[in-house]
Amino acid sequence: MKRVRFLMLLLTAAFALSLAGCGSQDGSMSSAPAGGREVNVCSWGEYIDTDLIDQFEEETGIRVNYTTTESNETLYSLLKTGGSSYDVIVPSDYMVSRLIAEGMLEKLDYSNIPDFDQIGDDYKHMDYDPENLYSVPYTWGTTGIIYNTKMVKEKVDSWSILFDKKYKGEILMIDNPRDAMGVALMYLGYSINTTDRGELQKAYDLLRAQKPILQAYVMDQIFDKLEVGEAAMGVYYAGDFLSMKENNPDLAFVIPKEGANLFVDAMCVPKGSKNKTEGEAWINFMCSYEASLANLEYIWYGSPNTKAMNDFLAELDTEDAAVLNPSKEALAQGEMFLNLPQDILNLYDELWVRLKS
Amino acid sequence: MKRERRAGNRLFMALIFLFLYAPIFVLIVFSFNSTKSRAVWSGFSLDWYRELMQDSEILSALSTTLSVSILAALIATVAGTFAAIGFYNMRKKWSRPLITINNIPVINADIATGVSLCLLFVAACGILHFDLGYGTLLVAHITFNIPYVIMSIMPKLYQMDKHLIDAAQDLGCTWMQAFYKVVVPEIMPGIINGMLIAFTMSIDDFVISYFTAGSKVQTLSMTIYSMTRKRISPEINAVSTLLFVTVLVLLAIVNMREMQQEKAHKKALVRARQ
Repeated sequence: MKRVRFLMLLLTAAFALSLAGCGSQDGSMSSAPAGGREVNVCSWGEYIDTDLIDQFEEETGIRVNYTTTESNETLYSLLKTGGSSYDVIVPSDYMVSRLIAEGMLEKLDYSNIPDFDQIGDDYKHMDYDPENLYSVPYTWGTTGIIYNTKMVKEKVDSWSILFDKKYKGEILMIDNPRDAMGVALMYLGYSINTTDRGELQKAYDLLRAQKPILQAYVMDQIFDKLEVGEAAMGVYYAGDFLSMKENNPDLAFVIPKEGANLFVDAMCVPKGSKNKTEGEAWINFMCSYEASLANLEYIWYGSPNTKAMNDFLAELDTEDAAVLNPSKEALAQGEMFLNLPQDILNLYDELWVRLKS
Repeated sequence: MKRERRAGNRLFMALIFLFLYAPIFVLIVFSFNSTKSRAVWSGFSLDWYRELMQDSEILSALSTTLSVSILAALIATVAGTFAAIGFYNMRKKWSRPLITINNIPVINADIATGVSLCLLFVAACGILHFDLGYGTLLVAHITFNIPYVIMSIMPKLYQMDKHLIDAAQDLGCTWMQAFYKVVVPEIMPGIINGMLIAFTMSIDDFVISYFTAGSKVQTLSMTIYSMTRKRISPEINAVSTLLFVTVLVLLAIVNMREMQQEKAHKKALVRARQ
């Protein structure tokens, strides 16, 4: 009986502690604040300098409920299920256009987002939102090949090296349908937004033939594998290459001559948001110079805020700066993902399942 | 021959413990790494613990996880105890099928439970005008915890001598007194077990939370999963280490107290005999 009482005591103590913990973070316990303003943000994991959240709360008195998901597809299904009540989301380019096409985004009131002026003109009126009515860019970057210079002696400048039998068991491929098919399409010289079933089939055949020489399809495991030299090369995002290079100086990054995927993640307000003004205040805060710079230093992905980006690049050595901010020619070669019609999306799903099985 | 076998036994046991604890050991070691890598050791530092203390995202996820697990375990234990006693006092004809129904959620895949709860909450949201959030998360956790509590209490009830309650009432207890002074102490090991199982199930859960947490709160497991798009932060190693050490210390304290109590009990017995 004594033991029981003791256990109860422990549990109560733990409970009290956890409540106290909650209190110190403005009470994530209560689901609705008493009359206060709030904003529900959904972003990606490890995609913000979290000090900014506290700073925003202090400056505006708006409470931030910050949650995260791991992929555009998950975000889409969260929005579709109807159980969510997000005020700001950060989908990637192709998902922005899909959400616009399906009428799932709210038009933004840009008079509430004065700091939108600080966004570079290159990042306004992008293909996914041509009239720029729905979105404000958050980060941008490219994909490319990351390889270990000790293990790959030849000059790397083309996607073809990923299909070279010489490197059997040393190659890592990115583990999501759009990016992986994109690599094959770019190598074949097709558009990554092609809707031609023949071209997609050829890309699939190429990936199918590549599968036996792959080590694995990976997402975040690529960090560990490349850092310790467990694999010779892989496809991933430029910003993440810099954090790998910190642990393994032998790594190098290249944007292949056929071009690479250029991506933009943009902040949007989904339809049905109950705190649109607060959402716009958040968006405005995130495109300010200070927030952009803090995020650049934390995420190492390109920022559309011109001044913050330039100041950040000035601190880097030229080699790293070139990775984050590729030449205009390389960018011109690159292509952005656009939304695809439903039947092609279905085809993607089907091919992907067949490829992975 | 005998000694050889003993050496073999020890080796085997050492291997099993290595197998069980090596991953946790690696996790703890890399929480002290000075860079973000999970594979390259680049020097000792406490940076990740420091950053963890400032990371409002992980800390709020942690406090959500802990408070949901503890509240859900406590509520499910109370509800489960009464349910179990109810089943116990029912006629077999009724209690058997009900207990089987109770076991279904335990066997059922988490994903089915998660999706069905999500659909239910979304439908209820539409009618009653509330949002998915901490409340729905808590209700979901209580829901999947209750069957475990009932399952661990039922055997204890059946082990109990039925006449104890009658005896207590004969000796002047009211029904409530008989319940608190006789039944509860008899089934206490089952209640504690049930509560601990419920707590662990809650703290572990990912799938059901994922579907029921809505857009305002997030548990620790959800936060970790969402990091796989970029890279899982070593702050997660740090927070896992802290959780592991806390549990270890708690268990050690509980066991030590138990041993001391046993010793005292034995001494008292010896003294009584003299």
